[in-house]
Amino acid sequence: MTARTLVDRAGVFFGLVLVATIFGVLVGSQFYAPANLELMARQTAIVCMAALGMTIVIATGGIDLSVGSMIALTTVVIALMLRAGLAPLGAAAAGVAAAALCGCINGILITRLKVVPFIVTLGTMLIVRGVAKGLAEERRIEAPISWLNDLLRSQRGAVGLPPGIWAVIVLALVVAGILRYTRFGRHVFATGSNERMARLCGVSIARTKIIVYTMSAALVGMAGLLQFSKLSVGDPTVAVGLELDIIAAVIIGGGSLTGGRGTVAGTVIGAAIMTIIQIGCSQKGLANWVQQIVTGGIIVAAVALDRVRSTRT
Amino acid sequence: MRGVRKAFGATIALDGVDLSVAAGEICGLVGQNGAGKSTLMAILSGALTPDAGSMSIDGQLYAPRSPIEARRAGVAMIYQELSLAPHLSVMENILLGAEPMRYGLVDRKRMREAAVTALAQLGHDDIPPDVPVGSLSVAAQQLVEIARALAVGCRVLVLDEPTSSLGADDVRHLFALLGRLKERGHAIVYISHFIEEIKSITDRFVVLRDGRNAGAGATADATHDSIVRAMVGSAPGDLFPRSPRRPGEAIVELGTVEPGFASFTLHRGEILGIAGLVGSGRTRLLRAIFGLAAVRSGTLRIGAYSGGAIGAGPRGRWRAGMGLLSEDRKSEGLALGLSVADNLTMTRLQPFGPPALVLPARQIKTSSAWISRMQIKCAAPSQPAGELSGGNQQKIALARLLHHDVDVLVLDEPTRGIDVGSKAQIYRLIDELVADAPIESARRPKAVLIVSSYLPELLGLCDRIAVMRRGRLGPPLPVAGLTEHDLMMQATTGATS
Repeated sequence: MTARTLVDRAGVFFGLVLVATIFGVLVGSQFYAPANLELMARQTAIVCMAALGMTIVIATGGIDLSVGSMIALTTVVIALMLRAGLAPLGAAAAGVAAAALCGCINGILITRLKVVPFIVTLGTMLIVRGVAKGLAEERRIEAPISWLNDLLRSQRGAVGLPPGIWAVIVLALVVAGILRYTRFGRHVFATGSNERMARLCGVSIARTKIIVYTMSAALVGMAGLLQFSKLSVGDPTVAVGLELDIIAAVIIGGGSLTGGRGTVAGTVIGAAIMTIIQIGCSQKGLANWVQQIVTGGIIVAAVALDRVRSTRT
Repeated sequence: MRGVRKAFGATIALDGVDLSVAAGEICGLVGQNGAGKSTLMAILSGALTPDAGSMSIDGQLYAPRSPIEARRAGVAMIYQELSLAPHLSVMENILLGAEPMRYGLVDRKRMREAAVTALAQLGHDDIPPDVPVGSLSVAAQQLVEIARALAVGCRVLVLDEPTSSLGADDVRHLFALLGRLKERGHAIVYISHFIEEIKSITDRFVVLRDGRNAGAGATADATHDSIVRAMVGSAPGDLFPRSPRRPGEAIVELGTVEPGFASFTLHRGEILGIAGLVGSGRTRLLRAIFGLAAVRSGTLRIGAYSGGAIGAGPRGRWRAGMGLLSEDRKSEGLALGLSVADNLTMTRLQPFGPPALVLPARQIKTSSAWISRMQIKCAAPSQPAGELSGGNQQKIALARLLHHDVDVLVLDEPTRGIDVGSKAQIYRLIDELVADAPIESARRPKAVLIVSSYLPELLGLCDRIAVMRRGRLGPPLPVAGLTEHDLMMQATTGATS
């Protein structure tokens, strides 16, 4: 690791420490109480899970605007499956598979039509949302109670974190490992950094991208599962605009929309920063508009920092 | 233009060049690729400012700071790539930036009149003023561009390789038009690689070589031969080592491959060069051979693979043992944001771990070995490639081919824009790769296919050279007995002397 990348990563980390310190002072020491930290982790889990996938997409120089809609679709599919009498595990798998299918379609459209990901996923954002509403007949879908509803519930006693948080932690490690220790991971960064070079080097661009969008969407499906767990119903109107929070987490974490950069650690910290601001503001009794201004400011600052970093090259 | 100088960093592009052109005269500007013609014209048209020297028009000092100022002073440049807005109509393009206004709005009636007048002046009132420029032929687009220059009253026209994308009829029309403009008192600078065009249309010519004036005179008094000699200059120094070579098995075979109409056989232990002017189709041929462009017809064999067995695209070529060094290092050769190690090993990550895995420690170790062997100057294998100098970047791109251990190295302009030290090192390396090896050694000589615009390089390195001209590759000729002069004659006229 060169001094440069150390500074780059530490930049995000310092941001986290700074934000955490400020709210620690504002709110008081109870801000760091284990229960409060767990609350923040539960709050951030959905965005963080989806942002893991977005990190890979953004590393290839792409973007996926349809992830909010996919989360809604996942909750609807899970609820429908549970109502149809499927076992909870089967219903969850069906929900994740539905999201993965959407991602696969995104990938195929992007590589076959050679249309930029922004436009393709802007279209599928509307299509997937429409499908979710159609399946749900524009209503919330009540589902029988199952253990799926407890994924983000606090564990009483000594067991520790809720299973949903563990899932985020494990998948974060898996994605980080894939990006860093596999040939596929190298191909992802090569495609994002310079697609022409990747082609020259024999990387199959289309295959790489289709896998990336599918994988990312499967993670979004996992986020949808957590969303369902939180709601305990299938809601086709949930997570509108959430794709922007997800993208923001990746960008704050050092991902670059021009591709070739982004780390899982950065993304997780980026998501954490956003949650700390949210929870900190509400615990301090600050209005929602203050929280939005602060979050927006952080995003602009992160991108400005990104500009400075990339012009130095 | 007097004593014009321009340097880019340490590279001196122009070193005190003089050029003059009179009203009612066509002056030809010739020189090899990289002689400084484009830089000189960029200065004349205001796109670049000179470091030293002066320019004047009609005795008035002329120092444009932008192409717009140059246009106002009466100098217009017609570039190779036409600079028209394809979606706008012919008349909108002709009067772009000089639209007639009325009550603060564009007066379309007067605009149309002015456009029709300008086109009629060219003798081409057949071009409709209302259609989008993008729907016209290239020749007609060029006329629109000239009409634009005349509509704003330009008196000095600079044409850069205007015939490169025109058919024979269009070329005749263009020449007739230039003749008429000359008679009307315009001054024209005509840049071309094609000596026969210079001979047929210009009154005088000026030769540039390595950023300096290398000859000038009245075209009528000059022979084709004397112009080429002025372009080529003296013989090069001895930069090129030549180890004993012995051509082995045929490893690449091309049978009338289109694009390029190319047929040749490349052997192990041999360097085959392709000469030709920029735009003659050399790069297109290489890209087809490497699978980056479609082979439209003909047969191609690489090692044991031929036809469909090669596999589609560059992926199949790497597997068949062929690697390409791109001419465009920054946008295709390397990923500047990625590390030296990633750039160097991207095509062959298999040795760095169990299937599908890459263990960074092993990747770094192998990369370090190449870095020291190729004397690449970098802080660490994890340093981004973009932070290195051009020469070191090129060595990374070349080391990629060696790491992959390809049998056939396809090199497109391997020494473009790099320092002399790196150049000499790359020449030595290429020579080592094809040098004869004793039977008992594990090393087998490689085969090298190389495209270069720098003729001394081709003559110094290659065993055989083929010349590309206007999209067709000639037969490879043994380098012994060939001179720069021969190659330049072939590239410009197709004649073998």
